[in-house]
Amino acid sequence: MLGGLQVGMLGLLGARMYGLQVLDGDRYQMLADENRIALRLLAPSRGTIVDRDGIALARNERNFRAVLVAERTQSVEATLDAVQAIVPLAEAEMQRVLRDVARKRGFVPVLLRENLSWAQVAAIEVHAPDLPGVAIEIGDVRTYPLGEAASHLLGYVRAVSEPDLKDDRDPVLSLPGFKIGKDGIERQHDGVLRGGAGLSEVEVNATGRSIRELSRQDPKDGAKLTLALDAELQKLAYARLAAEKSGAAVVLDVRTGAIYALASFPGVAPDLFAHTISSTMWDELMQSATTPLVNKAADGVYAPGSTFKIATALAALQTRAVEPDHTVVCTGSVTFGNRTFHCLSKHGHGRVGFTQAFAHSCNVFFYDVASRAGIDAIHTASLALGLGQRTGIDLPHERAGLVPSQAWKKKATGDVWHAGETLSVGIGQGDVRASPLQLALMIARVAGGEAIVPHLVKDSAEQKAWPRLPFLPRHLDVVKAGLEAVCSSGTAMRAQIREPGLQMAGKTGTAQVRAISQEDRDEGVRSDDMDWEDRDHALFVGYAPVASPRYACAVVVEHGGHGNTVAAPIARDLLLEVQKRDPGAMA
Amino acid sequence: MSWISASSRTSHAFGTPELSLSAKVWQISRLFVMLVVALGAVGVLGQYSAANGHMEPWASRHALRFGICFVAMIGIALIDVRFLARMAYPVYFANLLLLAGVEAYGKIGGLGAQRWINLGFVQLQPSELMKIALVLGLARWFHDATLEDVRRPTYLLAPLAMILLPVGLVLAQPNLGTGLMLLMVGGAIFFLVGVRLWKFATLILLGVGAVPLVWRFMKDYQKRRVTTFLDPSTDPLGAGYHITQSKIALGSGGLWGKGYLLGSQSHLNFLPEKQTDFIFTLLCEEWGFWGGTALLTLFAMVVAYGIFVGLRSRNQFGRILALGLSVNLFLYVFINTAMVMGLIPVVGVPLPLISFGGTSMMAVMMGFGLILSVLVHRDSRMRNGEI
Repeated sequence: MLGGLQVGMLGLLGARMYGLQVLDGDRYQMLADENRIALRLLAPSRGTIVDRDGIALARNERNFRAVLVAERTQSVEATLDAVQAIVPLAEAEMQRVLRDVARKRGFVPVLLRENLSWAQVAAIEVHAPDLPGVAIEIGDVRTYPLGEAASHLLGYVRAVSEPDLKDDRDPVLSLPGFKIGKDGIERQHDGVLRGGAGLSEVEVNATGRSIRELSRQDPKDGAKLTLALDAELQKLAYARLAAEKSGAAVVLDVRTGAIYALASFPGVAPDLFAHTISSTMWDELMQSATTPLVNKAADGVYAPGSTFKIATALAALQTRAVEPDHTVVCTGSVTFGNRTFHCLSKHGHGRVGFTQAFAHSCNVFFYDVASRAGIDAIHTASLALGLGQRTGIDLPHERAGLVPSQAWKKKATGDVWHAGETLSVGIGQGDVRASPLQLALMIARVAGGEAIVPHLVKDSAEQKAWPRLPFLPRHLDVVKAGLEAVCSSGTAMRAQIREPGLQMAGKTGTAQVRAISQEDRDEGVRSDDMDWEDRDHALFVGYAPVASPRYACAVVVEHGGHGNTVAAPIARDLLLEVQKRDPGAMA
Repeated sequence: MSWISASSRTSHAFGTPELSLSAKVWQISRLFVMLVVALGAVGVLGQYSAANGHMEPWASRHALRFGICFVAMIGIALIDVRFLARMAYPVYFANLLLLAGVEAYGKIGGLGAQRWINLGFVQLQPSELMKIALVLGLARWFHDATLEDVRRPTYLLAPLAMILLPVGLVLAQPNLGTGLMLLMVGGAIFFLVGVRLWKFATLILLGVGAVPLVWRFMKDYQKRRVTTFLDPSTDPLGAGYHITQSKIALGSGGLWGKGYLLGSQSHLNFLPEKQTDFIFTLLCEEWGFWGGTALLTLFAMVVAYGIFVGLRSRNQFGRILALGLSVNLFLYVFINTAMVMGLIPVVGVPLPLISFGGTSMMAVMMGFGLILSVLVHRDSRMRNGEI
């Protein structure tokens, strides 16, 4: 009976084995394969960003870092003590290391310190016998040789965050520590720069340790991105702005729309966003009056001041509200309805035409021209020049600015447009707003007569034919004659380029931040005497060379005072330098 | 079920033929020895594979131990079965003391659970040896028993104590598997000597009644083992991990296996304890259904031979000893293989001669030696109560 029982039990074992191995064998085979084969993603290296001459703007630098593999050392504490002698670790770092060691499996490297110097790397290698478990790893770290000078333009990369994963299903994002572009060019062209993940099929054991690689598909590294930018010019623009407290400058090609410089001062350290920012530092950046976090070239909008007279003139000429030989007598002010509008010259400019009015920035002439053209004509002409709407530059964000119209006023306030407002808008005050980029586009379009679109990435489309502007050439010539006079005999005369053949034409602008009241006027208060925050913005838009316009430039210096003394010299230096370097000649 | 008792009554002391040493050696079954060597060889192969195709750290030591134990087995086979009977109680009690010793040492040393005694040259696991010692002790006790004796419940109290005492000590270690094995071996011997089934029923009922009490004294990990056995899928990465991984490894072996040294699950450490308790899984993964079946058949043949030896013995002690040891071996194999297949909870019972472990091999080989001794001295006659 006992024997029978044993036979029965043996039979049970056999049946169970048959069930597991034969009947369900396939299922377990599948489970076994899933068990042992793991797919590991391989990180591609991010594409570099270079300027038009191939000078690196963003590249990956090899970053040496020390890691600790806990299972290879007898005592983590003893090893850490030994490491301390070479690479001092702060108390907080020690805590993090010990926590990571405790949390992760023994074979997973724990980061000790990033960005080791050569001396430290060498010291660790030499003392390797005394540092069991310590290894040097090479990683990529994104560096920006231009530093703060191109920080807004290039943007930055940062580790993938939860919201990124929602609308981007790229598997490469799941790699620990993988960084993607978060702003600027890095974000705009992230798809090109990022590359594609490689795939390594590895056999792993139960603890997740790789035993061997079964197959490998190398990662597709990100492509090199060439910008139209001229690194030297960008540096110069930033350096010139740095003499002031806050401002932006844009240089672009009149014929192609290629941007050679797009600077905003102050910039931020490019590695600022690579790590966690302390809240005090963040608050400081956020609250700073000089708005270092804002790319003022595209995201800062300002009342364009007198530079807007270009649009006013073209609007009036286009609609035949005035003819090129139109003249107005300036007495220093004009009364419209119950308001008095002032000119720059208290005593008036006398009888002026377009050329003199531009040269001396006569407000009274443009009050007359603006009121004859009407707000909607100004609006239409402004749009043709690229104002009041996004320029279409390849950046993740830019402000559209604003050029008012009757329809806009009705929609925004419910109120009807008052004719008096047209006078303010006519000289670039009132509700009109434009970014430095838009102003640069405006002057470039006027200079070239073509509806170019600004772009940062250098591409073969640079030579494409742009549509003509909806202005008659002779009307554009009227404006250009005025702009030439500004620099030869007018407000920006002293800023004129001395080199023959390279001379510029342009328009100064001084945009009021605080309205100057009658009392101020009576007391003779000047913008220069006011607090920095209340001072006028200084603007200048210009192009060069005069004879055959090639480069356009716009400069805005926040609270800089006067356009002619502050902004024009910066534009002059940029226009001179860009002509000397002549990046457009290669295109 | 009464054939042992019945035959014991007809055994007479006509004096026993003394055998010369060479004659004794000649009496050792070559078939049995071959089966044992085959199992040992499978063990070495298994250990070699468990170390990913290396002799170190297990296979070489396994082979060495097998060699030493093989010599010991032959030595024990030559010891007169009557001497063995005389030594039965001393061996049993010595072992009981050892067992109590580890318990006390563990308590005094404050080291918690203790299963080992370090004798310097070898670490002894008294609970493994107890499996042999218990059979010896019970065989000695029932050697004297008549059917009338067995029917008296009071007569059974002493052997019951002989079983429960070590079981209690082993469970306290805590070692669930060995405790259950001792209980079952004891029960099987009770059954062999003719204890009525209703008495078993009573004991089992008592035992079932004691389950809640036992449950209270069980350590958490033991409770978890039982609960996860009931539903292993609830905790695939926790306590049910062993069973799940073992089933995957075993099942993926299929009909013919993945080939020797090619078992991915075992070699990649998905399989826990692959050189000890889960060695059968490793072999089944690599050799498939047929390989596993062949190994089980090998064990079945050894067990069957042990039963055959028991039935051939002319003395009660030898019969009970051989049969008890066969049952013991069967339980080893059954519990281990049923465990790795997920039929019963994970309990720490090694697969005889295949699993890595010195004491377990020592105990099993000693058991084989005893079976051979019973075979060699099968015609030795011992009157009831006379040794």
